[in-house]
Amino acid sequence: MSEITPSLLMLQLVTGIALGTVYALLAIGLSLIFGMLNVVNFAHGAFFMVGAFLGVYFLGLTGNFWLALVIAPLVTGGIGLFAERFLVRPLYGRGIDYPLLLTFGLSYVLIDVVRATFGIEGLPSSTPAALRGAVNLGFGHFPLYRLFLIAATAVVVLALWLFLEKTRYGLIIRAGSRDAEIVRVLGVDITRVWWLVFGLGTAIAGLSGVLAAPTRAVNPEMGIPVLAESFVVTVVGGMGSLPGAVVAGILVGVVFSMTALLAPAYAEMSIFVLMALVLLVRPQGFFGKAGALG
Amino acid sequence: MSHQDFANTSSASRRHLLQLGAAGAAVGTAPFLFNIASAQTGNIKIGFPVPLTGAFSAEAQDQVRAAELAVKEFNDAGGFNGRKAELLVRDDKLNPGEAATRTLELIEKDKVEFIVGSLSAATQLSINAVTRERKVIFNSISQSDAINEAKDWSPYTFHEALNPHMTAGAVARYAFPKYGKRVVYLTADYAYGHEMVRGFERAGKALGTTTLADIRHPIGAADYSSFLPRIQALKPDVLVMCNFGRDQLNSIKQATDFGLKEKTRIITPVLLLTARQAGGAEAFDGVVGGSSYYWGIEDTVPAAKSFNDKFRKAYGGAVPSDYGALGYAGIRSVLQGVLNAKSTDSQKVSEAMGQLKYNWYKGDQYFRKCDHQSVQSIIILESKSKGMKDKNDVFSVVGSEAPSETNLRSCAELGHKA
Amino acid sequence: MSLENLVNLGARYRVASVLLFLLAFPWLMPYEALAVNILIFGLFAVGFNLVFGYTGMLSFGHASFLGVGSYLTGIAMVHFGLHWLAAIVVGVLASLLAGLVVGYLAIRTRGIYFSMVTLALGQVIYYLFYKAERWTGGENGLRGIKAEVIDLFGFRIDFLNPMTKYYVIWFFVALAMWLVSRILASPFGAVIEAIRENEKRTAACGYDVARAKLLIFVISAGVCGLAGSLRALHLSVVPVDSLHYLQSGQAVMMCLLGGMGTFFGPFVGAGVFLYLEDVVTTLTKYWMGAVGLLFMALVLFFPRGIWGTLVHQLQRRGLLQVERP
Repeated sequence: MSEITPSLLMLQLVTGIALGTVYALLAIGLSLIFGMLNVVNFAHGAFFMVGAFLGVYFLGLTGNFWLALVIAPLVTGGIGLFAERFLVRPLYGRGIDYPLLLTFGLSYVLIDVVRATFGIEGLPSSTPAALRGAVNLGFGHFPLYRLFLIAATAVVVLALWLFLEKTRYGLIIRAGSRDAEIVRVLGVDITRVWWLVFGLGTAIAGLSGVLAAPTRAVNPEMGIPVLAESFVVTVVGGMGSLPGAVVAGILVGVVFSMTALLAPAYAEMSIFVLMALVLLVRPQGFFGKAGALG
Repeated sequence: MSHQDFANTSSASRRHLLQLGAAGAAVGTAPFLFNIASAQTGNIKIGFPVPLTGAFSAEAQDQVRAAELAVKEFNDAGGFNGRKAELLVRDDKLNPGEAATRTLELIEKDKVEFIVGSLSAATQLSINAVTRERKVIFNSISQSDAINEAKDWSPYTFHEALNPHMTAGAVARYAFPKYGKRVVYLTADYAYGHEMVRGFERAGKALGTTTLADIRHPIGAADYSSFLPRIQALKPDVLVMCNFGRDQLNSIKQATDFGLKEKTRIITPVLLLTARQAGGAEAFDGVVGGSSYYWGIEDTVPAAKSFNDKFRKAYGGAVPSDYGALGYAGIRSVLQGVLNAKSTDSQKVSEAMGQLKYNWYKGDQYFRKCDHQSVQSIIILESKSKGMKDKNDVFSVVGSEAPSETNLRSCAELGHKA
Repeated sequence: MSLENLVNLGARYRVASVLLFLLAFPWLMPYEALAVNILIFGLFAVGFNLVFGYTGMLSFGHASFLGVGSYLTGIAMVHFGLHWLAAIVVGVLASLLAGLVVGYLAIRTRGIYFSMVTLALGQVIYYLFYKAERWTGGENGLRGIKAEVIDLFGFRIDFLNPMTKYYVIWFFVALAMWLVSRILASPFGAVIEAIRENEKRTAACGYDVARAKLLIFVISAGVCGLAGSLRALHLSVVPVDSLHYLQSGQAVMMCLLGGMGTFFGPFVGAGVFLYLEDVVTTLTKYWMGAVGLLFMALVLFFPRGIWGTLVHQLQRRGLLQVERP
């Protein structure tokens, strides 16, 4: 192996953080849905993929990346709203495994619908013109778009935090995830809240898809490995915890990146080993509530 | 989950669905106890397992189209003793377990006499494991180094496609003298990737190249950003992407994002037409790679023009892709073997194919005796982003390596007794 | 003999009924390789059902045991030249061991964490086998499993003959099903069902819940491992994706389709799933979407599954007095 210089390590670290932001966004969506509805969304990777396709499609249609960045997650969230209302809602009260299994089936359907709509090959995606090129960070050249990813994720996380902490609706959501019964007693239509949170979670998954699209091939199968990866992050951070999702996302991205540098063959395995370790030592994750849910 | 949870569903709706389901099952199940078609009369059945669904379905569908063209030609010319050929296409889902099951189905239920197909190394090896036990000829139409090796091979195994060793060698011999001697490999960490690297390094050794690094990435990885800073730091003359399909597309895109194309030439062992069309001109701009076939050689190769015209006529102006052409050739080789042997007996056809000299679509070819590898030309392409006349005009032909056994690993090396 | 008596007789002697049905089964299928696949995956689903349907633990890593059984049997034959019977034993022992290791680590968690742990550990095993190329063939899978003519105490059996192959595999499946039935009918079988219904109460009654869970997990792994061993002999190759979580997901689907917590349900589920897959694949290229729709319909409307619903209906009408065959 060639020399590992400090600047190489720094560059690798920044790369890991950029990778981690995509993971973090995915995990936030997953955690929101789980924390609020107690549903493990096995279609999360598929929503990511749908978002990516819609992002590329709307970019092609309007020529405007920023517009696509807004529309695509909204449409994805809309699909999520539909799914919750008609597919997931009937299963509440039946036990935690049913929505999981249902969303597993849903992922299969979403993949084939995308294949039927956009073709099996996928769509070519490229970095939007305004965000192209590389920036000299001092220790190496780094793609501008990936810096944008880091910034965009920070903005989304901040906006979400403000929403949850500072608005009335955010208060309802936080209360509902602690004790749905009491919130209902207080006169809030908790079913509606769940519906909207599911939509929000899937919209965020779609957003991460739009953001990730320029960095990778957009094809119907792109969500399959992503699902396992987002589980890793959510478990490490703590299912239902948003700060956990962000921290764990970045951590997993960095672990993957550094392993890729030092022991490339084990990069893929490394995140699952991390997940297994966390589950065995601290099953609720870094930030999760203690008392493993059964 | 306890039994109490089952309670809350409407029994009327369930009953209705049950009835529908039962009716459907009754229609679908038919005991296929007697197989009417016998092996010596009736159609010559050729099984064609390819991944109609999944990541390479576009290539597979092209293989099917081209294969059907070959079958039609054979039938229009009278067939064999009045017997026509019939193509039985099956979806192996790019999954070796499924490929083995489909092959068993084709042999046991459909009683096929030959099998042509596959689009990945793993699936062809799986198909081959089934066909060789039952002495059925299998002509593989996709890349694999392992299938020529003695432990997988059988006298009924034929390999129409290129193998990684040939392809990598040809690209190396073109690119290294032209672009430089300091080489980095970004390799998909599975047999195919390793075989490619081996091919490149062997050719490179003769040319005096230095391998700065061979970086392995997990197959199917979507994000290569973790590997690129290191490559950037090494400042190679040539970056070889030893991967395939979407992996290749992803890695090339991201390498471009990291600005690697400024100082480094990106080459790849195989440039797929469909991947290039899906990935777009920009991502692939300037990338050099090899291929078994590109329609653009029709300007210099008459057989290609003839094949392309047939394909255009049959499929509304479309041109055949690299893997499509292999679908055509794979079928033609087998059927010519039948005609030459004047029989459909596996042993006789195998011998006839072993002695075949042919030119179906790109020049002279033949099967090497010890391992039935088709000795053929390899085309070197460079991806264009300007001056494209239409959506098919995506590559410039920059070189071509003539068919030669010296490009292959020796029979002894593969474990065959001399 | 009235229908009711027949039904109850069949249900009481459930092992014999199932095995008799399976004897005739290949005649119902369009080709024997499909019938063999159904046997193998039926056994896989039955093994998985022990943990999922009977004990209530949703494992997403059970493909590991199918894969370990396949690979170790294959490796025993290809690299060590063992006799096929010995190789099957090796495969089963290896999967029991794997079950012990994974089970020991996973049992400490419950609910979705359990599902996540089993998924993660399953993926680790997948990558380990993937990377051990020299032994497993890596991406290309393990080839070279020669099972053309197998000898059984002096008798030479033509394993290539599809019918013969079916009955040889049937024999092993029969053994396993008998074993599973005995376990389920035993007091231990009652304990694991009690754990599914209410874990705390079971512990309060004085049963060692953790030990029971581990035991059933190991047994389940062994049964799945046997299915894997048989699969290696059937296909002559071991494909590496036998170990992937999507294969585990398939086991879940088959159990759900057939009926969790019933003896014959998983078999029905495996049979219907594989048969449909075979048929649907010829009708449309969107078989994945079709499977997804089917699965969602099941979860929403038929959580008991095909066999489970049938059994339930018979019980409701008083025709069936035996508990869940």
